[in-house]
Parts: sequence; C-alpha cells; structure tokens
Amino acid sequence: MKARFLVPLAIFGALVGLFWFMLNQMNAGEYNPRELPSALLDKPAPTFELPDLHDPAKSVGTPNFIGQVSLFNVWASWCVSCRVEHPFFMELARSGEIPIYGLNYKDTRADALRWLDQLGDPYVASAFDEAGRVGIDWGVYGVPETFVVDRAGKIRMRFPGPVTREVWERRFSPLIAQLRSEQG
Amino acid sequence: MNRGRALLLALLLAVASVSWAAIESFEFDSPEQEARFKQLSGELRCLVCQNQSIGDSNAELAQDLRREVYQMIKAGQSDAEIVDFLVARYGDFVLYRPPVTTTTALLWAGPFLLIAIGLFFLLRFIRTRVATTTAGDGALSAEEQARLDALLQNSAKDPRP
Repeated sequence: MKARFLVPLAIFGALVGLFWFMLNQMNAGEYNPRELPSALLDKPAPTFELPDLHDPAKSVGTPNFIGQVSLFNVWASWCVSCRVEHPFFMELARSGEIPIYGLNYKDTRADALRWLDQLGDPYVASAFDEAGRVGIDWGVYGVPETFVVDRAGKIRMRFPGPVTREVWERRFSPLIAQLRSEQG
Repeated sequence: MNRGRALLLALLLAVASVSWAAIESFEFDSPEQEARFKQLSGELRCLVCQNQSIGDSNAELAQDLRREVYQMIKAGQSDAEIVDFLVARYGDFVLYRPPVTTTTALLWAGPFLLIAIGLFFLLRFIRTRVATTTAGDGALSAEEQARLDALLQNSAKDPRP
C-alpha cells in the first residue's frame, strides 16, 4: 500500500525522462517542434515563372526542374540562418553533386546581388520573388527552406531551417540516392 | 492668427497621414465582405508565430496572407475557396479549427475523453467513500470503545490549557 505514494514520483520521473529525451532530440536536430510537413509533399511543384535575379530579361521557373533531381532553396539576404547554410551549399555546388536552384524571397535585387557577390553564388539560377507570391504557392513559412524536386518535377521533401553537413547526410543524401535510382 | 491655424492644420494632417500609413487599410465593397475578412483572418493561423492568427500577427508572412485573403474576397471567392487555397499550400495546420480526420480525431475527442475518465474516477472515489463511511451502523466496536475511554480519561487527568 505504501507504494501508492511513489506513484506521483514515478510520473514525475517519467516526465523528466521524456523531456530530457525530447530536448536531446531537438539539440541533435532530429526533432523540430516548429517543423511542419509540406502540404505539397509528393505533389507536382507549383508552377511559376519569375525573372532571373542576375538578369531580369531571362526567366527562371518550373521547366528548370524537369528531367533531373534538384534542390530548390529559398533564401534572402536578410536571413541569418541562410548565412549558416551558405558555405555548405557552396561546397555542394563545387562538388557538382546536385543542381541547386534558388528562390530569392522578399528581398531587393541590390541586396541579394551584393550577398552573392560577397559570399559566392552556389545557384544554377536564382528566381527573384520580390513580393513573396511564389513563396506562398510553395507553402514557404520561414527562410531558409529547402525542397528536393524529383525528375518528374514533384516535391519529395521540404526541409525548413539551415542545411548543414549532418542534416545533408542524414536526410538528403539517402533520399536523393533513392530518387536517382527510381525510373523516371 | 489665421495663418498660424492653417499651418497647425497642415502639420496635424501631415502627422495623421504618417500614422495612417503604418496601419494597413483594406477597403471593402460591403460591410459583409469586411466581416468575412475579419472572420477568416481570425481563424487562419500564422505559420511563423504559430500561436497567433494571421489577423493578430505582424509577421511579414501574415501580412502577405492577409493581403492574399483580401484580394480573394474582393475577387468574389467564397470562404471555402479561400480556405482551400491556403490548406493546399500550408496544410491543415493553417486552420485553427482543423477538419475531423483520423489524425485529428484525438484532438477533437480528447477533452471529452478526459472528462469521461475524470468522471469515472470521481464516481468510483465517491462510491468507495460512501461505502466505507456507511459500513456498519456507525457504532464503535468494543476495541474502539476501550481506546476512546482511555483517551478521554487521559485528557481528564491532564487538562491542558
């Protein structure tokens, strides 16, 4: 009967264990309470056609994705976390592992170009989305966000937050290998 | 004097226009449209702040979504069309009142489930309480009576102030 008094203590202990576990998962980047699944997962990427950041006369849009597995990275010069992931994208671009397309989101052309000038340009092309309208179509709710688009132009993954080497190896690499082995 | 007043008026108007610019002003064709806008922006969740509606939030995305909702209302789209538009992009998370599906069933049923569990334990507790207090006729057993007498005697011998 005395064991009854241990019940609250046991519940407390279990909660401490749970919180400790979840905090660890958050620190390790395994779990992000703010991460939302994309409503567009496994659906065709929303079509768009925007001026190229470097050359307004050219356009960047959905046709660029067809026929290859590619990354679509939403970035802005005002975004702090974009600076965190940028060196890794530079590395990725140098290795030529996968083409990276950019969506310059709610930025000014001058600021964006200066940013690329200073830090380097890992993008095959960047679309210039000044009003953030294409961002809404893609369900973007924070910058940076990175999408994996398959050969057929479908969104296969959405990752909010900075892409680091660890994140890349754990979440992107296996998926990309799988997408490349798919018939398409 | 007149000149001074005119100057003051001009100054006040200038200040007023500045403060107006800080607030977004949407113009609607009818009070009914405005009511729909208020209703919708109160029910749609801002994805950035996650605990505010797009009507309450000052996040850039919330401003964009308000503008988007406003334009769709002006274009004569129904509430259902506007909600579908946003759900297609952001998922059910954008709704403060998500539809009842298998994944949200627990969310909707949870409070009632908790009340039911609470009631069950409360009733059980009351029943056992009633059962123990009304067990027997309330008379003391011989043993209890002896203990009571002993206690009363003790306190009679040693009256404490």
